[in-house]
Amino acid sequence: MLLAAFDWHSLFFMFFALLTCGFAVAMLFSDNVVHMAFYLILSLGASAGLFFLAGAEFVGAMQLMIYVGGTLVLLIFGVMLTAQSRFISMKTRSGEWVMALVLGGSLLFLLLTAAFRVEDWRDGNPNAADIGIAESKTTTQIGMGFTGVRVDRLDAPEDSTLVPGMSGYLLPFVIVSVHLLVVLVGAAYMARTKRRATSTGAAA
Amino acid sequence: MAEFFHTTCSLPTPLAYLVAAIIHCVLIIHVVAVGALIFIWLERKVSGRIQDRLGPTRVGGAFGWLQTLADGIKLIAKEDITPKDADWMLFKAAPYVGFAASYCAYIALPFSDGWVAQHMNTAVFFILAVLGIEVFSPILAGYASGSKWSLFGAMREAAQVVSYEVPLGMCVVVPCMICGTLNLVTIGNQQAGLFTNWLAFNDPFTFVVAVVYFTCATASVNRAPFDLAEAESELVAGFHTEYSGLRWSFFFMAEYGSMFLVSGLAAILFFGGWNGPIPIFQVLGWSESDGVLLYLARLGGCLNFLLKGTIGVVVMMWVRWTLPRLRIDQVMTTCLKYCVPIAAFGFLGALFWQVNELPTSNDLPGIGINRFEARESWVIEADQQRASRAAAVTPSPSDVPIGPIGSVEFDRVEALVMTGGAR
Amino acid sequence: MIGISPVSVSHYLVVGAVLFVVGAICMATKRNALGVLMGVELVLNGANLNFIAFGSKYLRAESLGLDGQLIALFVIVLAAAEAAVALAIALNFYNNHATIDVDQASELKG
Repeated sequence: MLLAAFDWHSLFFMFFALLTCGFAVAMLFSDNVVHMAFYLILSLGASAGLFFLAGAEFVGAMQLMIYVGGTLVLLIFGVMLTAQSRFISMKTRSGEWVMALVLGGSLLFLLLTAAFRVEDWRDGNPNAADIGIAESKTTTQIGMGFTGVRVDRLDAPEDSTLVPGMSGYLLPFVIVSVHLLVVLVGAAYMARTKRRATSTGAAA
Repeated sequence: MAEFFHTTCSLPTPLAYLVAAIIHCVLIIHVVAVGALIFIWLERKVSGRIQDRLGPTRVGGAFGWLQTLADGIKLIAKEDITPKDADWMLFKAAPYVGFAASYCAYIALPFSDGWVAQHMNTAVFFILAVLGIEVFSPILAGYASGSKWSLFGAMREAAQVVSYEVPLGMCVVVPCMICGTLNLVTIGNQQAGLFTNWLAFNDPFTFVVAVVYFTCATASVNRAPFDLAEAESELVAGFHTEYSGLRWSFFFMAEYGSMFLVSGLAAILFFGGWNGPIPIFQVLGWSESDGVLLYLARLGGCLNFLLKGTIGVVVMMWVRWTLPRLRIDQVMTTCLKYCVPIAAFGFLGALFWQVNELPTSNDLPGIGINRFEARESWVIEADQQRASRAAAVTPSPSDVPIGPIGSVEFDRVEALVMTGGAR
Repeated sequence: MIGISPVSVSHYLVVGAVLFVVGAICMATKRNALGVLMGVELVLNGANLNFIAFGSKYLRAESLGLDGQLIALFVIVLAAAEAAVALAIALNFYNNHATIDVDQASELKG
């Protein structure tokens, strides 16, 4: 029966995948930089939907919050600050298009054949519907992972050199947070306006 | 709900899900659209009273009940004008972005115990993230209009909303930290009992944080005194100067939708959600029963929640018609020099309170529940339902694991950390 | 569309590959510095999608586990840092040269 084989998960996957890819391609072929930013927002937002479908709720929300709500607002700020009419749409030479499309097409072909080459990746998990809600709660585990304790691995010491549950990410987490702080301070320092000093100097 | 249609109405599973989804969507869109209708009327009456006038009195009876509906009909009949210099595609799309974001956030907002369109483990985070997306609507509208007023409004909006997300996030973390979850249903259920159980009264710091949250929420939905993106006296109408007709009204639906959203979030996070000040339904024992009584208890909870959200919205209106608009530098000063440090201080204070196990209002004797007994009960319930359904389909005893979820074997983890194993 | 179920890792890899290639082409062809930056974001997102797919229990019984999600979070944070720096560079470039065209940035050419 047609209805019995019907599967919302696949349908939503197709929907979000088409949105993601479609808007990415629309972004590629759009000349107007503001339209590009808009398509990028939609594409990244739809890929957050793919994250939710794969069971990565926290990462999906993070994608919406940091990527779409933070990084892209910053990007649009940049676009609006530099959007003089002559920079809004800059055409690419057709030779470059041909070159890029040929190279990109061959890379895509390579990646697509690789994606379907491994048999283990090709069939989905047939028991996906049996995964309980309790098992899909990963937020606490992610948080504990960042503090260095892998509560999801307490019973599975797959590597004998590791203490069970002790392959956390405390050090990378600290490094990344310090890195982010330094980078943001540096970016604010670099982007601050210096024009006043130079322009008054030039005027004098 | 899908289970209900599947078992009771014997619909096939995909169709059952479809029907359930449509019902949820229709309910939520009613909250957003009808809510906007009522709130716009309410705003006129409130502002009228504050300014010693009557507000609308004619359309639909003595109180002007139908004023907003009449306005809506007028707006539909109006011509939809696109300026010559506008970026056509973005100009058309911008209002829908804001409305869609405001609507989408309601997916994760519970209206009563278990009455939520989608149970999410990260509901708080999801709502904040989707609210953050809403900022694109004014930005794109302001840019695409091709008008100076609009662009000024858009730049102000972007700077303001992105800055206010920082203290807002810090305030939201505090109740999540106390409850140990990001799930709004669980957070709400942990505040059952007398009103002393509400998280705002948990300790002095959480009360401060609740006030800061409400300030930041007002700013992040662009209400006066933080409505610099519109600023009628300076920018004509800010980012929606060039809009007209129904497209313009979408901005307003989005604004009132997100106003109720942040008020509802405040109600759940700090003011007990669907639990009334006195736990009538618990005393009667309705919340533990099933069938009609449980339904009635939850309906009462839903009314409670709607009332609390509406009170939040009315407070926002009261503030709007009382305080003068701030300048843009004052807005930034409020955010960066006051809200962020106070929120950080409140967060550290609440953390200190938790770590040292100082007495909280939850410890008071009386009607109430231990906060941690209510944790994540819905997960266990849902898995039990799943297991029983699996057992009904296949006669063999199912071995679906049902385990404690919130307490992730804390003893073992604690032992590991104590021995210095954490790297 | 009906016969495709269940969704597997391969399907996610296809979407990731498309995003990666589109982003790479974007980086190569766009002349606006901010367009190049958007290409980088797409490439990072494509990689992220693969991490999520390999870490998902719903797609593969023997999944990578939580490592996929944790690494994806690191990628998101680093992408934010990278965007901030790249934007600062682009704005500085715009201030100093009054253009945003990356082809004009040829002063260091020997």
